[in-house]
Amino acid sequence: MVIEFGHFALILGLILAVVQTVLPLAGASRGWRGWMAAGEPAATAQFFVLLLSFAALTYGFVTSDFSLRLVTANSHTAKPMLYKISGVWGNHEGSMLLWCLILAFYGALAAWFGGNLSPTLRARVLGVQGAISVAFLAFLIFTSNPFTRIDMPPMNGGDLNPLLQDPGLAFHPPFLYLGYVGLSMTFSFAVAALIEGRVDAAWGRWVRPWTLAAWMFLTVGIALGSWWAYYELGWGGFWFWDPVENASFMPWLISAALLHSAAVVEKRESLKSWTILLAILAFGFSLIGAFIVRSGVLTSVHAFANDPERGVFLLLITGLFMGGALTLYALRAASLQAKGVFSIASRESALVANNVLLSVACFVVFIGTVWPLVSEMIWDRKLSVGAPFFDAAFTPFMVALAAILPIGALMPWKRARMGRVMAPLKGALALSIAMGALVWVVQTGGSMLAPLGAVLASWLVLGTLIDLATRAGRGDLAGRARRLRNLPRADWGKSVAHAGFGVTLFGVCALTAWQVEDIRTARVGETFEVGTYAVTLADVDQGRGPNYETTMAVMRVTRGGKEVAVLHPEKRFYPVARMPTTEAAIDNGFLRDLYLVIGDPQPDGGWVVRTYIKPFANWIWAGCIIMALGGTLSLTDRRHRVAAGAARSPRGAVPAE
Amino acid sequence: MRRIAATFALTLALAAPALAVQPDEMLDDPALEARARDISQNLRCLVCRNENIDESNADLARDLRLAVRERLMAGDSNAEAVEYLVDRYGEYVLLSPRADGSNLILWLAGPAMLLAGIGVAVIHIRRSRRTAEPEPLDEDEKARLSQLLRE
Repeated sequence: MVIEFGHFALILGLILAVVQTVLPLAGASRGWRGWMAAGEPAATAQFFVLLLSFAALTYGFVTSDFSLRLVTANSHTAKPMLYKISGVWGNHEGSMLLWCLILAFYGALAAWFGGNLSPTLRARVLGVQGAISVAFLAFLIFTSNPFTRIDMPPMNGGDLNPLLQDPGLAFHPPFLYLGYVGLSMTFSFAVAALIEGRVDAAWGRWVRPWTLAAWMFLTVGIALGSWWAYYELGWGGFWFWDPVENASFMPWLISAALLHSAAVVEKRESLKSWTILLAILAFGFSLIGAFIVRSGVLTSVHAFANDPERGVFLLLITGLFMGGALTLYALRAASLQAKGVFSIASRESALVANNVLLSVACFVVFIGTVWPLVSEMIWDRKLSVGAPFFDAAFTPFMVALAAILPIGALMPWKRARMGRVMAPLKGALALSIAMGALVWVVQTGGSMLAPLGAVLASWLVLGTLIDLATRAGRGDLAGRARRLRNLPRADWGKSVAHAGFGVTLFGVCALTAWQVEDIRTARVGETFEVGTYAVTLADVDQGRGPNYETTMAVMRVTRGGKEVAVLHPEKRFYPVARMPTTEAAIDNGFLRDLYLVIGDPQPDGGWVVRTYIKPFANWIWAGCIIMALGGTLSLTDRRHRVAAGAARSPRGAVPAE
Repeated sequence: MRRIAATFALTLALAAPALAVQPDEMLDDPALEARARDISQNLRCLVCRNENIDESNADLARDLRLAVRERLMAGDSNAEAVEYLVDRYGEYVLLSPRADGSNLILWLAGPAMLLAGIGVAVIHIRRSRRTAEPEPLDEDEKARLSQLLRE
């Protein structure tokens, strides 16, 4: 009964989405206020019925209702409760329902907090958002209905893929979807603005928080996925340049670019048409991502096995929205007049450089991802594009980005004098190069990656500190502290996020350059040296978990005779899914992770043991969290909350910075 | 359905218990072994989903790892060892595609786009400056400016 209710609510959601699309868009073009106003209740209602529908599906999973095909395929009575719930979105149909729910949630947010938008713009934003909902709800209901029943319910289900039974992965998809789908909001704003033919500072101010939120969620989602890969896949890789990873990385890069160019629109009313294009493309990459993940066109480690029918449907959705929006853009972009003029040396130009680098980096990832397909179709040349290509072709752009970032952050709007910008940065530059040299000397030659990482990370973090110090001005400490406190939150957010980028860069470089690996066969009781640590395989036990069997080792790690950690790496076997997994045991540290893996028993009575020392590993994800925190700080800026200034003249909206 | 089954089989292969490089495969000479690892990281496991043979657990990956080590033991250079595998398994085995023929598009796309992007940006900034020279401050604005500077 609950399930049928959820099914019905889903169909009602589609009808409401149609209402939300047609009435406000028609109303806005005809000037009918009543029709325009219909968008808000429709968006609110659509969100609540989809919430009901999602709750019904969750109920099905929690109560293990095996008359649902989806529950049978992805759940089991013995599965822990957390994974019964996360199992709702651990499959194609359920995750698509979550996607639609989030889509409606953003629409409802726009309806609730859109009070200070002009009525026509608000109606059009809701209308476009509704249209996206129509497409995805239709996709869900007609090709991937999560509420399909089975005639003869089995006694128990097939269990969730054991690799997905993990807290990191329980929260990875919701964050990613909040990010992907958050970009639908900037898309709706862009298309609405194109229909209106008006892009001004107020528009820039409106679009920024949505972009910021989407970018933040993407950052957290990607970090969670990468962290999961690190501890779950058994050898501590954190990024694979897999098509599906790239699918989430491309919108991240474009939304990062959009974040910066929207700032130029807001503050200087320049780069308007470029920003609109980015807003369209950012969501475009979200759609392409959905296509890549769910069509199975590109082989990827993320196995969302799916039939081509769904792929074609998603391709149609992508083509429809991108084609429509880009046509509209081609027709209207020329009419968007830029106001703010700036010189080659200016913050605007620095942000343009940021945008060029991020967009080209995204383009490189895109072409690398689709190249195997293109190459085979056109030249019949079957080839692979993997990590070595991306490492070589993508990294230079990030290096360049990090190199110009502190300089750009210190530049004034409109016109800058390079001498004056660089003066306070000279110390930071010298210190960063010294740091790099120090690292190079300490590691006695070897890979240049770690010194480069040290230079860039110090440069970013020191540059941020100098930026803040400059903003604090001169004079007594109390005065400086007061000025720092009074800095807008957005400025704090910018500094924090930039420093986080530095931290992540350093983590990536240090881990890649300095990782120590040891693979060997060890007998129980045997002690061996890895780096400065002594590792003892103390014991190997067999045991049982709630829904798996486990082989668990007890390993003691000492350094200089003192015990550092006792770790329990595991090898699990999930009998229902008939799948083994490795559970690495990690001793997390500020400067290094100790990473132990137990492998197979050997004929001679020993066990395969893998030991890794992973320097600065946690800095990678700590940096991502810091970036997301920066985004949150910026989001709480009162300029975003009190958008009262949005209606004022553009001149009044340009703060004297 | 067959497709789903195939994917499932691949997933199984991916998580099979034998983990990547095994101790019994490793060469005694650490320098040679390091070269073998280096080569392995740039070769694709042909039956896996986008994994290199160094990380893959599939049997085929193990065969390839052993083949690489055999070639190195036989005195091949890194390039020769890679060439040996490309001859048998095709270009598909390379994770970093060769920069020749149509692949030049792939390799040059990034740099070309960067140059184009910089070019367009510079032209755009120059042109917009020429069309709209900033107006000089009028008396009111000058008065307000000096007032702001005094604050």
